[in-house]
Amino acid sequence: MNKKILSAPYLLWSVVFIIIPLLMVFYYGLTDKSGAFTLENILAIATVEHSKALWLAIKLSIESTIICLILAYPLSMILAKLNVNQHSFIVFIFILPMWMNFLLRTLAWQTLLEKTGVINSILKTIGLPGINIINTSGAIILGMVYNFLPFMVLPIYNSLSKIDKNVINAARDLGANGFQTFLKIMLPLSTPGIISGITMVFVPALTTFVISTLLGGSKILLIGNVIEQEFTQTGNWHLGSGLSIVLMIFIIVNMLITAITDKDGEGTML
Amino acid sequence: MKKLVDLQNISKSFDGELIIDDLNLYIRENEFLTLLGPSGCGKTTTLRILGGFETPDTGKVIFEGTDITKLPPNKRPLNTVFQKYALFTHMTIAENIAFGLKIKNKSKSYINDKIKYALKLVNLDGYENRMPDSLSGGQQQRIAIARAIVNEPKLLLLDEPLGALDLKLRQDMQYELIRLKNELGITFIYVTHDQEEALTMSDTIVVMNKGYIQQIGTPEKIYNEPENAFVADFIGDSNILPGIMIEDKLVEILGAKFACVDEGFGNNTPVDVVIRPEDVELVPEGTGTIEGEVSHVIFKGVHYEMEVMARGYEWLVQSTKCFQVGTKVGIKVDPFNIQIMNKPVSEDEEAIGVDE
Repeated sequence: MNKKILSAPYLLWSVVFIIIPLLMVFYYGLTDKSGAFTLENILAIATVEHSKALWLAIKLSIESTIICLILAYPLSMILAKLNVNQHSFIVFIFILPMWMNFLLRTLAWQTLLEKTGVINSILKTIGLPGINIINTSGAIILGMVYNFLPFMVLPIYNSLSKIDKNVINAARDLGANGFQTFLKIMLPLSTPGIISGITMVFVPALTTFVISTLLGGSKILLIGNVIEQEFTQTGNWHLGSGLSIVLMIFIIVNMLITAITDKDGEGTML
Repeated sequence: MKKLVDLQNISKSFDGELIIDDLNLYIRENEFLTLLGPSGCGKTTTLRILGGFETPDTGKVIFEGTDITKLPPNKRPLNTVFQKYALFTHMTIAENIAFGLKIKNKSKSYINDKIKYALKLVNLDGYENRMPDSLSGGQQQRIAIARAIVNEPKLLLLDEPLGALDLKLRQDMQYELIRLKNELGITFIYVTHDQEEALTMSDTIVVMNKGYIQQIGTPEKIYNEPENAFVADFIGDSNILPGIMIEDKLVEILGAKFACVDEGFGNNTPVDVVIRPEDVELVPEGTGTIEGEVSHVIFKGVHYEMEVMARGYEWLVQSTKCFQVGTKVGIKVDPFNIQIMNKPVSEDEEAIGVDE
């Protein structure tokens, strides 16, 4: 009984801030301006403009997730091998940018990458040709990787550092060389961390509109940008909600697939 | 018996701290050898050097005449059983046992036969498809042993394998290990800080402290004839008393003369004397070599453990006869049960850090 009372604030919180907004999204998404039920807002994803934005968002988030994974795994391995003092310092350095505002960090990249920005000025000074990366998909991927890399490193690092050193030693002792030990022991034992990292990078990358707005200019529209515009510029909440529902269903399906793949259920967010 | 492994002049330090200092030790074929000592004595480091997980700063590891000092663990003809089992939790029991054989590209039928044989050997047949997490600690340790022995190593290293088990299970496993060793005919090197475990299982015990070997010998020899006060104190309970060797076969302890059987210490030499508690004989007042008074009695099941205050020293006595606290008693010791040791002359013989 007492315990139930204690959970009341959380229950209230989730009703007010999670369940009600979600129901509102569904209400708007499934009605038209007159309030009548319609599937039009959802089916709107099939239009060329919208499906292109969704497809591009998927493509860029998959690419950034893969780059994050490739960068994060070796780094996590190095971190897990260091002793406590060394690794907590490096983890600290790594997490430090996360204490700064996400918007600011992305704005900083904009300044760095601009045609007349910091990087190009330096390149010009030393006589090299400038790079033209701002307002391209490349800049968006760079922004995604920069912002979301820690979310890939931390779960992988956690799962790697949980592996008993003697388990690795046992594999070596039983005849496995370094590569075989990695493939048959370390990789499978860190899979929960990898899956969790993929989820934590892929989902925010798929839905982002800030990174694509700041680093992609107005030329590159991701599904996040389309939804944002429906709410802030066009003012069509119904279409914005409908597209959000599509994106939500897409993410849920994805997470279900990872949950099934990861049979231990350790690493998923579901 | 032939020498299987020879450790020559091994030294190893970590962060400037000397863990092993110029260690020389050989292990004969088919021997059950135990490295025994308190934590930090260098026994585990010695084992890790044998397994290939540490490289010694100086010295050589010779295996059947070949220098394997620089060989990585996967190339060594030996296997290790680790302290906390170190099973592969993402694999079934069968996959765990098959791991080493698969790496060596053995045929499927050979591997299946080996799994069956190894599980039978450790009394766990039918566990092939279980996951390690679903097994008890004792069962997991058996699997760890099975996983090692299917590779038919010439030498099995065991790093406190029973440390995480409860007392009853530990005793059962001790007998299991002796049986396994006899059935397989391979050499065991066993690391433990538990002196009882060492005495029960070993052919040879190597007592270590502070990176030095204190004594090498059979369990009987180590227990009955400890070479110095450290060994006497570490192996079982003992009374270690200062004494003076007056002449051959006569020692003065706490001012009283006791007959003994040791010779060759010279005349009027200060020595350490070890008398095991079960060898102290309590007799009626006035008939002993020295006189004392019982100050404590504890019932231990098989015997009573008593403390007797005599000439300023508290004697530890184990006897099946009980003497009440306050009883005046005489103390007698059979000459055969008095063990004379040289006083420590160098650092490596000092009886230091028993409780560290």
